[in-house]
Amino acid sequence: MKAFKVLQPGLLSLLHDRGRVGHAALGLTTGGPADPFAASLANQLVGNGDDATTLEVSFGGLTVRAQQSLQIAVTGAELPITINGTEQPQWTTLNIDEGQELSLGFSEKGCRSYLAVRGGFALDPQFGSTSTVVREGIGGLSGQKLNAGDDLQVNPSEEIKGLTLPKASRPTYAQHLTVRVIPGYQQAHFSRLQQRRFFGSEYEVSPRADRMGYRLEGSVIDGDITGILSEGIAFGAIQIPADGQPIVLLNDRQTIGGYPKIGCALTSDCARLMQLRPGDRVTFTPISPEAAHNAVHLERIYRRSISLQARDS
Amino acid sequence: MTKDLRIHSAGEAALIAYFADEASPEVAAQIQATAERLRSALGDMLVDLTPSYASLLVAFDPYETDQYFVQHTIRVAAQSVQATEATEGRLVELPAYYHPDCGQDLIPLAKAKGMDWEEIVRIHSEREYRVYAIGFAPGFAYLGDVDERIAAPRLSTPRQAVPRGAVAIADRQTAVYPAVSPGGWNLIGLSPLRMFDPAADPTMPVGVGDRVRFVPVDRQSFLDAGGEL
Repeated sequence: MKAFKVLQPGLLSLLHDRGRVGHAALGLTTGGPADPFAASLANQLVGNGDDATTLEVSFGGLTVRAQQSLQIAVTGAELPITINGTEQPQWTTLNIDEGQELSLGFSEKGCRSYLAVRGGFALDPQFGSTSTVVREGIGGLSGQKLNAGDDLQVNPSEEIKGLTLPKASRPTYAQHLTVRVIPGYQQAHFSRLQQRRFFGSEYEVSPRADRMGYRLEGSVIDGDITGILSEGIAFGAIQIPADGQPIVLLNDRQTIGGYPKIGCALTSDCARLMQLRPGDRVTFTPISPEAAHNAVHLERIYRRSISLQARDS
Repeated sequence: MTKDLRIHSAGEAALIAYFADEASPEVAAQIQATAERLRSALGDMLVDLTPSYASLLVAFDPYETDQYFVQHTIRVAAQSVQATEATEGRLVELPAYYHPDCGQDLIPLAKAKGMDWEEIVRIHSEREYRVYAIGFAPGFAYLGDVDERIAAPRLSTPRQAVPRGAVAIADRQTAVYPAVSPGGWNLIGLSPLRMFDPAADPTMPVGVGDRVRFVPVDRQSFLDAGGEL
């Protein structure tokens, strides 16, 4: 069933379910929402399961026209939302009627917002996932980002009662982040001095940061090797290329690569990292694999403790 | 044969196992066999496996298991791989139409090496290669090792568009381009076979650890097999 006609696609709007796993041996990367927490809440606000496809809107600027009456929710980066010019709340179930226009302005805090529709966007999965990876031309609508004139389809569903995420539970998007890092990979090729410099310096997000990797600018890190035999790149791996400027490798990373890596960022911190914009600041702090394992479980307990409330209207 | 196995952390949900310092057909086959064993040993705990040259990245579900269990399982799997099975591996034949018409670097390469282009073809097709890794783009398989007599560095200026199916050499590696893409490898021919076809099952004719041999075919057989010039 028709859901929306895209009038303005925004800078980078991509359809995503949870991502494409299990195909690294073919060279296929994972993709998936940069901020799975925000994407999941968008789905919950319209009563969808976690595997429903949402639209990730980077930097905002999206306008779509509803082609039937729909229930929607917008989460993630803060931006102005209007339906036919009337301001609407974020983190809340919204109703939109056929013919009305939904506009997402440009993001003011954070970088990536999520638009979920009741029933989930309908499209055929490729390799078990609908996630769009533009570099591979796989997933989404013909493997591409949204373009003006595209038609978005929705799965049939029944209407639900409106929901909202209490203000106290809403994430805030800061301009500075401390990323926890498990040292590993070629850590031994970075001297103690270089490791201290890495963990003691503040980095700035480069204008070239993207879904493949967040490039950072700051203190140069020097390893005693410049290249290695190409090997598998884990999510969050921090690569130190020849120029010594760290790159945190993310959802759309290549599956293998030959630059040395100093360690890996915690998955949940990568989601926060991808909400940063060029010019925002990042520091790194080391964490043991055991403490990281605990943190992963605590994060899940915290996320499961978040509950939505009925929307009072 | 796994006494050299080293396992390092690769984040909260992955470990990387290093089988050797250098790639070799034996190491590639050993990694392939270990990966097979891990699939059944880890079951739902396994998220993904990325084999490459001399290593295997093992991504696991941190809610179902932890690094200690996975590390132990990798060691057990690697140790149980027998020397015999680690040298066999599947043999895949890839047809290739070698000709200056579609292998633009064949003649310059022959000149640089002081031989006929037919000699380049003979040397390239008489050897058996191993699939060392798949990456860079979906379906791009790195095959090694190319005979030193025809090894050639990447072009100083990469091409904007290398055709799908291009058979190419870079240093001591060879590959078949799975899709049209920019590339700096030396082109010596075209294969009619699709190296990556999302609609096909299997998606790729080769996997990491497989053995590959190129079979020279003439222009007509190339076209009959679906090749496009």
